[in-house]
Amino acid sequence: MKFSVAIASAIEALFANLLRSFLTMLGIIIGVASVMTMMAMGEGAKARIDEQISALGASTLTLRPGAMRRGGRSMGAGAATPFTEADLDALAALPYAGAVSGQLNSSVTAVSGQTNWSTSLTGTDAAYFEIHNWNPVEGRVFTPREVRTGAAVAVIGKSIVKNLFDGMDPLGQRIRVNNVPVSVIGVLEEKGQSSFGSDRDDVIIIPLTTARNRIIGAHRTTPKNVSRIEVMVAGGYDLKEAQNELGEFMRDRRHIKVGGDDDFMVFNIADFVRARSATQATMGVLLAFMAAVALFVGGVGVMNIMLVSVTERTREIGLRMALGARGSDIMVQFLAEALVLCGTGGLIGVILGFAGSWIAAKTGGWELSISPQITLISLGAAVAVGLFFGYFPARRAARLNPIDALRYE
Amino acid sequence: MGQASIIEARQVTKVYTMGDQKVHALRGIDLDIAPGEFTAIMGPSGSGKSTLMNLIGALDQPTSGDMLIEGHSLSTMRPDDLADLRNRTLGFVFQQFNLLPRANALQNVKLPLRYARHEHIDADARARECLELVGLGERMDHRPAQLSGGQQQRVAIARALAGKPHIILADEPTGALDTKTSADIMELLVSLNASGITIILVTHEAEVAAFAQRQIHFRDGLIESDERRAP
Repeated sequence: MKFSVAIASAIEALFANLLRSFLTMLGIIIGVASVMTMMAMGEGAKARIDEQISALGASTLTLRPGAMRRGGRSMGAGAATPFTEADLDALAALPYAGAVSGQLNSSVTAVSGQTNWSTSLTGTDAAYFEIHNWNPVEGRVFTPREVRTGAAVAVIGKSIVKNLFDGMDPLGQRIRVNNVPVSVIGVLEEKGQSSFGSDRDDVIIIPLTTARNRIIGAHRTTPKNVSRIEVMVAGGYDLKEAQNELGEFMRDRRHIKVGGDDDFMVFNIADFVRARSATQATMGVLLAFMAAVALFVGGVGVMNIMLVSVTERTREIGLRMALGARGSDIMVQFLAEALVLCGTGGLIGVILGFAGSWIAAKTGGWELSISPQITLISLGAAVAVGLFFGYFPARRAARLNPIDALRYE
Repeated sequence: MGQASIIEARQVTKVYTMGDQKVHALRGIDLDIAPGEFTAIMGPSGSGKSTLMNLIGALDQPTSGDMLIEGHSLSTMRPDDLADLRNRTLGFVFQQFNLLPRANALQNVKLPLRYARHEHIDADARARECLELVGLGERMDHRPAQLSGGQQQRVAIARALAGKPHIILADEPTGALDTKTSADIMELLVSLNASGITIILVTHEAEVAAFAQRQIHFRDGLIESDERRAP
């Protein structure tokens, strides 16, 4: 018997008992829809993490003065001696340092006209924009010369434009940052929320020297201080190796004895985000597992109904055998029915899965990402369930003795 | 016998094991049926006639002895070969018709052609031809529930004919029909026999058996009598 004929008669059998077929399919529908939604959610979350990592700089190492210990007592992060501009120059000379940026951060009050806004201030150099791959959408960013001379200029994020200028063109406008006037020379492209939930566009960026000399103030013992250094590792260098070498280099510079504790930290942000996303990944695996369980339960439902169907149609099977059907013909017939059940359920499930993924993407705030692979895997899972759970009932049907089957009441 | 037998039984026995009891359904049967014969097999229940029918129908294999259908020995055949033999050589007519309730007459008649492997025939045309032959040309799209008992049995006979069988096995074909309809069905079988098909009929009704040229009586797993009626 041709397979197409078997499929056609399986579809007929499915319609002959429409309600029962639908109820049987329901398990598969729910299973496939949840498998698909979970995979789409996982991929959406992963895409978002990747995007965050690349926004932070995938090959960027960050240095911060670490917790210093004195007599076994932690003095808290940042209690150690800060870095200096000399450190920046020394690091910039390293072969694997593609770009080096120093920063000073503070929270400030910004005022423009009648409006004031609490925001964060970053004092940094021109390399910052390169490392963060952050470009202006209007105006420009500041030059190394403006950093050297301590120019009163500012580059602002989108949220500042919204909150301080009410969406009006801010270029050339003055902002008083903690009463120090700076003029806006550029607006940066939107970055959105960080993985920690803070608004990355709510920031005013000014030259490092301007920030230190006029707004934040220098460290009391280290005049040319920098609170944070970012090093972009040049292409062709391994990030992990660079991280280790950078650590050694800084231990040397800071005269830390062999075996002594570091008084600074080198970390790469990507690791940080990945560690955070590991939790999400675990969650994703759990959800996917539950979806698989749903699909499995659906498959058991299909097997149950197929066994009932084989029993109900024992006489029909006997008749078909008497008319010359081989065991394999009967097997194909029942497998086709299981496949049609699961395949149809799978198709409906995929449609529902699209809807579910869309809702999840809307609420989760990420891009809807349903690749053809996800759709294929979901459908494939449904077909595999059909074959797996249809096999046993089909084999039972194929192994019936024609005489007993014909006589079955 | 001038011609080779279409069905040959040589010392055929069949033993069923029911729990720890052995039931001897056939105790050594010798039988020859010539091509074109119309044979009625009779006997009380438990006499072994159903067992013989299953053997002739290639649904079962003998415990010992040899059973040959058109010269093919059942004992040496695998299940798939038996299925092919049934499909090619045999047509079944049952007491309860055994039609598929969801399928119409035409689809029911086409059913055995689905399993035909060796010849490629136009199933649709063949099924229509068979339904015309049994006088149901006007009711091809009727479902079994829309047909009378006699009409349903005619559909079943058309189905048995679809594969151009050499032998038709009719197991109590009139058991579920009234006297008038029974006579019509038997006339139909007689006319098929006249066209050259070997017919083997199992019945316990003497009037039905009277249509056959040969009557074989079974008792306790053995042939009690084998009589030919003068043509």
